[in-house]
Amino acid sequence: MLISKDDRLSFEKSSPGRHGVTLPKERCMPEAARTVPEHLLRQKPAEFPELTEPEVVRHFVNLSRKNFSIDTHFYPLGSCSMKYNPKINEWAAALDGFAQVHPLQPVDTIQGYLQVLFELEELLKGVTGMDHFSLQPAAGAHGELTGLMLVHAYHQAKGEVKRRRVLVPDSSHGTNPATAAFLGYDVVEIQSDARGRVDLADLAKHLDDGVACLMLTNPNTLGLFEEDILKIKKMVHDVGGLLYYDGANLNALLGIARPGDMGFDIVHLNLHKTFSTPHGGGGPGAGPVGVKAFLEPFLPVPRIRKEGEQFVVLEKSERSIGRVKSFFGNSGILLRAYVYIRSLGLQGVRQVSEHAILNANYLKEKLKKIFTVAVDEPCMHEFVLRLDAGVAQGIHVGDIGKRLLDYGIHAPTVSFPLVVPEALMVEPTESESRETLEQFVDALQKIRQEMIANPELLKKAPHTLPVSRPDEVTAARKPILTYRDYLREKSSAQTVLSS
Amino acid sequence: MHYQPLTENDKQVMLREIGVDRFEDLLRGIPASLRNPPMPLPEALPEGELQRLLKKIADKNEGAHSMLSFLGGGSYEHFIPAAVQSVLSRHEFYTAYTPYQPEASQGSLQAIFEFQSLITELVGLEVSNASHYDGATSLAEAGLMALRHTGRSKILISQATHPHYRQVLRTYVEGTSFQIEEIPFEPSKSLSRSALLEALTDQVGAVILQTPNFFGVIEDLEGIAERVHELGALLILAVNPISLGVLRTPGEWGADIAVGEGQPLGIPTHLGGPYLGLFTTSRALMRKIPGRLAGMTKDAQGRRTFCLTLQAREQHIRREKASSNICTNQALCALAACVYMTLMGKEGIRRVGELNMDRAAYLRQQIGNLKQFQVEKDQPVFNEFVVRGQKSSEEIQAALHKQGILGGVPLSRFYPQFKNEFLVCATETKTRGDLDRFVEALARC
Amino acid sequence: MNFPPELRYTSSHEWAKKEGNIVRVGITEYAQKEISDVVFVELPKVNQKTEQGKAAAVVESVKAAFDIYAPVSGKVVRVDQVLESDPAIINKDPYGDGWFFEIEMDKSSEWDALMSADDYAKLLKQSVK
Repeated sequence: MLISKDDRLSFEKSSPGRHGVTLPKERCMPEAARTVPEHLLRQKPAEFPELTEPEVVRHFVNLSRKNFSIDTHFYPLGSCSMKYNPKINEWAAALDGFAQVHPLQPVDTIQGYLQVLFELEELLKGVTGMDHFSLQPAAGAHGELTGLMLVHAYHQAKGEVKRRRVLVPDSSHGTNPATAAFLGYDVVEIQSDARGRVDLADLAKHLDDGVACLMLTNPNTLGLFEEDILKIKKMVHDVGGLLYYDGANLNALLGIARPGDMGFDIVHLNLHKTFSTPHGGGGPGAGPVGVKAFLEPFLPVPRIRKEGEQFVVLEKSERSIGRVKSFFGNSGILLRAYVYIRSLGLQGVRQVSEHAILNANYLKEKLKKIFTVAVDEPCMHEFVLRLDAGVAQGIHVGDIGKRLLDYGIHAPTVSFPLVVPEALMVEPTESESRETLEQFVDALQKIRQEMIANPELLKKAPHTLPVSRPDEVTAARKPILTYRDYLREKSSAQTVLSS
Repeated sequence: MHYQPLTENDKQVMLREIGVDRFEDLLRGIPASLRNPPMPLPEALPEGELQRLLKKIADKNEGAHSMLSFLGGGSYEHFIPAAVQSVLSRHEFYTAYTPYQPEASQGSLQAIFEFQSLITELVGLEVSNASHYDGATSLAEAGLMALRHTGRSKILISQATHPHYRQVLRTYVEGTSFQIEEIPFEPSKSLSRSALLEALTDQVGAVILQTPNFFGVIEDLEGIAERVHELGALLILAVNPISLGVLRTPGEWGADIAVGEGQPLGIPTHLGGPYLGLFTTSRALMRKIPGRLAGMTKDAQGRRTFCLTLQAREQHIRREKASSNICTNQALCALAACVYMTLMGKEGIRRVGELNMDRAAYLRQQIGNLKQFQVEKDQPVFNEFVVRGQKSSEEIQAALHKQGILGGVPLSRFYPQFKNEFLVCATETKTRGDLDRFVEALARC
Repeated sequence: MNFPPELRYTSSHEWAKKEGNIVRVGITEYAQKEISDVVFVELPKVNQKTEQGKAAAVVESVKAAFDIYAPVSGKVVRVDQVLESDPAIINKDPYGDGWFFEIEMDKSSEWDALMSADDYAKLLKQSVK
């Protein structure tokens, strides 16, 4: 058997007296010279497990083998841009000259890293058509928070305190309304029209001088370009609102059209999507925020400037919204994005979206024969399928996702966007070959047949993985979140058994 | 471009299948004025040249690899076992997606569960999330969570808390009706207990203190939690996790929420990020916590299984009613911390804390013996402390730099009133020889 | 599906039972089926004010969260603590032990505005179409 069936926690493999590291023996001060009083010290020890290095390594390597990943499997996840993570990115991040740099070092000792950050800002400006960037936000949602804080600061500065509303399309990513509400805005959803785009009539109905901004993803989460974007820009600007760009789908636009040119005032990017920095099982990412010149004064500090040949750091700025994170930002991630753009160059960057769009349309064409396409017209880098068969057999779109795992393909995004019931959102990215796409089509073809001939196979899928269909209800009713919780649960269950 | 597989032949086949003559036909819906934008990007660099360029840029940076560093102040140089990076380099870990499909992510999920288990052991509280962005944002979200929970509008925060953390809190509170009051510190640079108790009214929902504080001082919090709770507020402690192998824990102090920066646990300093926000609390507040949570359950066949749980709090379900907007967190950094803590083990996490205290205590004593420098001799510190000189800190640092030493963080950078004071950090990475060399260099300043 | 005739109903799938001035509130069999397994309930605090048609509680399933709206305005006088440890009761016994909270009603006219069991059943038939 190749994948270990040992599902024990590290704690359960522990043996008193084992060590995973050898620390220095040297003591510089005698014990007696201690100046820390007893009551400031820890009373009970931390019950960490005790394992040797080989045990720890075997434990974690075996865990890793229970994961899907881009380097092992195809992930057609819509709005995630699961593209290949180039290895030179990791090579660069591991260089001592980057990894060993302390954020509070004197500026003249970090000129190399400042050069990377400054040049990245320039590159992102070129790609997006925006005038200035802050590289501080640690993730897309953090970038959105920063972006909306900029919206707020801008209107406050103009004395426009009655702008309490943020408009979002009903197809938007969940972070959009969550971010707006977090900042105290009232969120209003704008309907999509029959072609999946923002319904201009509905938008017009909700646009007045109480609107702070409209948040848009373009192309939208259905993979469709908002063709009326220039009209939308005018409508929003005419009432004095700002236009915010959620950069989750930027992979469709590189070299094709720029959000800055479309009239967006604020943009956030997801470097872990469009710019190949690794997903890491859930981060770290980075969410740089770009703005047009009139918003520059409000950007977070610190900012990096070039004076002659030197890079300097501006720690204060009068109208800045302040800091959104400690130190500079996720520098190690920003470095990786920089390396990626330098690897691609102008031609490569253009090719990204061209290939991503070709792959998506080719896949859509092939899958049209198996499932219904939500909006049947040329898509950009992603498209949405609708499950309309298998209803009689009690199949849901989640079951298709689970069965795909058995075919060695990670499920696409399921049940999103909310505007399409039983939706499957598919984004192949430019990293996949035609052969991989055809394998995906083949698998879905087989699953389609299974849906009718053998629905139980789907409902109980996956069958070939270490686990299948966790009891998420009990996990939410009686959360076991730590080893201690598990021990407590176990002992109370045993008490019940023995009574 | 060697990351993109489509050949000209592939493209022809595909265009035919799609039913268009040219790629541009797929873009007809895009206004012509937007198409073919100018893109001022440089030409692609072949990998060999790019490697050379990056090495050249990296060489322009100094750091702990090229100098003897005594820098702290919220980011720390610690010994990182090679096995940490080795595990992190597993492709299945670092190129994995967020574990929304549990069957495809048992590796990531179990690692998060073990991380949660280790962190809660360390801080002495019952629940930890899967990570936040960094110590500063964790602290800000904790403050807001406490106000939402108590229904009150005021946060008290010690001025001896890391300046970046206070700045981020201010940014997060800006535009709300909430207020922040900063509690001053004593000349000894520890929290002013009397000022805190005086400011504690029933308008206060959250009291935020840091220990060890920004100046390295271990705060004496005896009786604080009781007072805070008497008035119906929550106590939030910001901590350095690597100190908790030896120092009294937030749980032992009676804190309701503990936040902090997890970078010391196996993550390189990397110019300030990506780091690791820690967010822990009691079981009673479990459902108010932002961010992801991994839980243990059984699958359809009764096998032990891990999955994300309590997701109904999160943005992808609650949308505008979510308690936070956080989506991507810092999973890979949490994995690094998990591997680090597992390697350290019960014995190691205590010993590394003792070594830090030992190095800092010795260094402080030796510096205190120099004529031109002053320290607070008996004040309890963990691994960093303040030194006061007779010249400006910048002058001292410049002189030390010439001797190959990064000698400390000038306090004037954050507290303009402390012109001649700097923060010196000594971790387990320093030998006695290193410490003596530093003292000799200081003596020459 | 069962809709006890002695109860009144709202279009947002809550049921209400009146005893003197106190109105007990829960969710209908249709609602508990739509929500499927309840994992958590966020109940209002005692003495909290309610407003007819405004959210007073939240029900969570694994994948979703649902607002529960107050059928009448008034003040919460009692909540069903049992739901905190055993939210599954809502699925098992939505009209009995699965009740959520009790409101001391402000205006009895609001009670008169609530739907009968027949009207509620009709409403469901129409929306399914």
